[in-house]
Amino acid sequence: MTLHVNGEEQEILFHPYKTLLEVLREELDLTGTKHGCELGECGACAVLVDGEPLLSCLELALECGGRRIETVEGLQRGDKLHPLQAAFADLGGAQCGYCTPGILMTAKALLEQEPNPSRERIREAVSGNLCRCTGYLQIYESIEEAARRLRESA
Amino acid sequence: MSARPKTRFEVLGKPRRRVDGRAKVTGLTKFADDIVLPRMLHMRLLRSPHPHAVIESIDIARAAAVPGVHLVLTGKDFPITFGILPVSQDEYPLANERVRYVGDPVAAVVAKDEQTAWEACELIEVKYRPLTTISSPEEALATPEPRIHEHGERGNIHRLQAFEFGDVDAALAKSDHVFEDLFFYEGNTHLPIEQHAAVAAPDGEGKLTLWSSTQVPHYIHRALSRALRMNAAHIRVIACPNGGGFGGKCDLHNHEIVVSRAALKLGRPVKICLNREEVFYMHRGRHPVLMKMRTGVTRDGKLTGMHVQTLLDGGGYGSYGTASTFYTGVLQTVTYELPRYKFDACRTFTNKPPCGPKRGHGTPQPRFGQEVQLDKIAETLKKDPADLRLGMVAKPNSLTANWLKIGSIGLEECIRRVVAASEWKNRFRKLPAGRGLGIACGAYLCGAGLPIYWNKMPQSGVQLLLDRGGQVTAFCGATEIGQGSDDVLAAIIAEVLGIDPYDVRLVTGDTGITPVDLGSYSSRVTVMMGNAAIQAAEKVREMLADAAAEQLLALPDRLVFSQGRVFLAEDPSKGMTFAEAVVYAETKFGTLGSVGSYVPPRAPGRYKGAGVGPSPAYSYTACVVEVEVDQATGWISVPKVWIAHDIGRTINPVLARGQVEGSVYMALGEALMEEQVFRRLPPKMSGALVHKFPSLLEYKSLTSLDMPQVHTELVEDPDPNCPFGAKEVGQGPLLPVMPAVANAIYDAVGVRIDELPITPDKVLKALDLKAQGKDPRVGPENFPQVPYPKPMFVKTPWEGGDGNESKRHDAAAVV
Repeated sequence: MTLHVNGEEQEILFHPYKTLLEVLREELDLTGTKHGCELGECGACAVLVDGEPLLSCLELALECGGRRIETVEGLQRGDKLHPLQAAFADLGGAQCGYCTPGILMTAKALLEQEPNPSRERIREAVSGNLCRCTGYLQIYESIEEAARRLRESA
Repeated sequence: MSARPKTRFEVLGKPRRRVDGRAKVTGLTKFADDIVLPRMLHMRLLRSPHPHAVIESIDIARAAAVPGVHLVLTGKDFPITFGILPVSQDEYPLANERVRYVGDPVAAVVAKDEQTAWEACELIEVKYRPLTTISSPEEALATPEPRIHEHGERGNIHRLQAFEFGDVDAALAKSDHVFEDLFFYEGNTHLPIEQHAAVAAPDGEGKLTLWSSTQVPHYIHRALSRALRMNAAHIRVIACPNGGGFGGKCDLHNHEIVVSRAALKLGRPVKICLNREEVFYMHRGRHPVLMKMRTGVTRDGKLTGMHVQTLLDGGGYGSYGTASTFYTGVLQTVTYELPRYKFDACRTFTNKPPCGPKRGHGTPQPRFGQEVQLDKIAETLKKDPADLRLGMVAKPNSLTANWLKIGSIGLEECIRRVVAASEWKNRFRKLPAGRGLGIACGAYLCGAGLPIYWNKMPQSGVQLLLDRGGQVTAFCGATEIGQGSDDVLAAIIAEVLGIDPYDVRLVTGDTGITPVDLGSYSSRVTVMMGNAAIQAAEKVREMLADAAAEQLLALPDRLVFSQGRVFLAEDPSKGMTFAEAVVYAETKFGTLGSVGSYVPPRAPGRYKGAGVGPSPAYSYTACVVEVEVDQATGWISVPKVWIAHDIGRTINPVLARGQVEGSVYMALGEALMEEQVFRRLPPKMSGALVHKFPSLLEYKSLTSLDMPQVHTELVEDPDPNCPFGAKEVGQGPLLPVMPAVANAIYDAVGVRIDELPITPDKVLKALDLKAQGKDPRVGPENFPQVPYPKPMFVKTPWEGGDGNESKRHDAAAVV
């Protein structure tokens, strides 16, 4: 079938029981999307489907035909980092970096809907993404800084 | 002659994007499970459903016949034991005749994909004969047979340790007050979001490469050579960046050996990635510890002596347990002036996943007890607990009762900072009912003084290679587990050579091409790798300075290395680029490179057992926690934490703050909710002892919604043993948080919860006791009879000791 990933059409063949996570990582070599449980508990595998965060470990890839899938690999424009990526790298939002792709995608969806979210809204938005390294505070600051940079460039 | 020493820092102390930051936000960081090789097969492990059983037979015929299955391995394929410590070689890669916990690996299937391997695992028929299950240290003490292991002290006691530094009973007898308390700290696990993964592959010459999520590639290299009976020169271990470690990836794990054997046997790459349930079984996490603390004080608030007894639940194997047992005793002495000290420790085997090192390794448990007890002491002496601590902080450049050498100690400043920032003086004991503040302190190693196997070689090595284009490549065995190990290495080299850290290329954690570094554990990397890096960088700077000075017709010691240039101190316009200096130096000296290495200073203790506890330096932390307790539900919320950490010198403040806040986060989990606990299945199901909730959903940890505000201050008291004075920051800041929470709950609602985690049910129970006029305390009631041996007696430095064991009657004369 055809999957629409990061703006590109991908013709692929896969077992019908494969999750979107498995197809992204194993069939399309998009290993930027991570897994921490494969049970929908940690948020590491979050990607955007039609602009909404979705846990790719719980979604069959078969269900994703005709939908717009975005992963961390699609955030950059050319050699330019997305403001969220730059802020996470600069401000300590990523420590080990394992939960980072899922949080970046979740934050992207938030900022697209709310360009100037409160700290409280950010806390709520990422509450389904577990991070064991940072204690979340530098993640909030990174999202706030990215929001500021995005508003300035808008 | 060498170039001028730095008078101000250009890299250190300035907030910077970490050198590996871009890869982490683009998805390009390659974790072990991201590695895909041509012709790669997949492996799954069959694990024991019994906590303790003899394997009577294993039939693999049906599994081996499944189409797509390439190999089935069992205990027969692995005749020799392994273990991370030389003293506990007690595990088999696949269980040989006995399983010792639910989850112990029994067989492995290698197949074309994971699905096939899973299905084939189900077809392996194992006949077990269940044995009596030991579920707790108390049961282990009361049930010497069947023995879980033949090694150890006796029965199901793995280790017994007892040390006495000065006559503690005499000190307590002369004290104005003696406090005796029992504490319990439940076990918990690391829970890295990355599940352990490993890929093994034979290279073109038939040699083995193993990529793994490990914190300790050198130790894995050594242990793998033994386990596979293979020449170490034919094994290359590459530590992939870890998706969180926290101590859980410090062991040699069964799957690392089995996947290596499978790849060698099949002559092609094999991968395994554990699922989340298996990560809970792998464990090697925080030991549950029961503690008894007897502490003497004078009426004006000075410690006179302390006797600590600990009882550890070790789980099914030795792992790092011998070291963990020592760590429940050795670091009580480095925070406050303590004239005499005694500790007895006991680790038992039980039929649960093995415990090992988790952030703080063995020390958070006694730290919790010690700091809660100090709060009780302050209350009795009617002293402010912050002032009580300020009055007893250990002295810099001193020896402790157990012969540890303290260097710099910024703890007084840490206490003052958190007291000021939290407005402690106006708020402690003055907040409305249900709200409270608590204070506690902590101290931690900056690297274990000794390696886990005895040798006098360097504990860290750094090799530099300079390219004519000005590129500096650093090779080091250190391992990036998220903490910023690579960034520290680049920053230190850049600081010495006056270049941008981004211009340093790093090759790390690869036993095939990097000099040995013992790994990312015991908070050793900044100090040990950093010192080795300074040495290596200074050697090449000297060569560069000599060559550049020749060109500039100046003396080398007049040269400055700064901002990518080498120039005259008196006249910065006279100089050259760093790359030009490299060209001149290569012309003069030939191919440019250097090595640096680090061996910690010899510790002053000489008695047997003095090897655990010494460190080149100690870091210090003070913390104030504010809590709100709902007296109707027992629910505890933490709105704010103030924490000050003596880091010696900050290398990258962004990362340092991240380590402190991450420690606070993990500590609050341990204080309030995280527990690795077990239950028995109903008899009709087998009665087996199983993990209560081996899943991320049910094993409770803090989410973003639970995380409080954190006010972080970094105190810089540089230590002469540390690179530019920089101490550790990865583990120490966790230590004071748990007791500060307990002390804050007492301030809020007047109840003492002397065990962790502090859950709402325990608070309600204590509030209920309070309402009935009873002692409002929840915690352990009894400490069992433990057959601790007669302690080794060592005189303290101030009572005529020389660091060796001495006869007790010698000491009596001094008292």
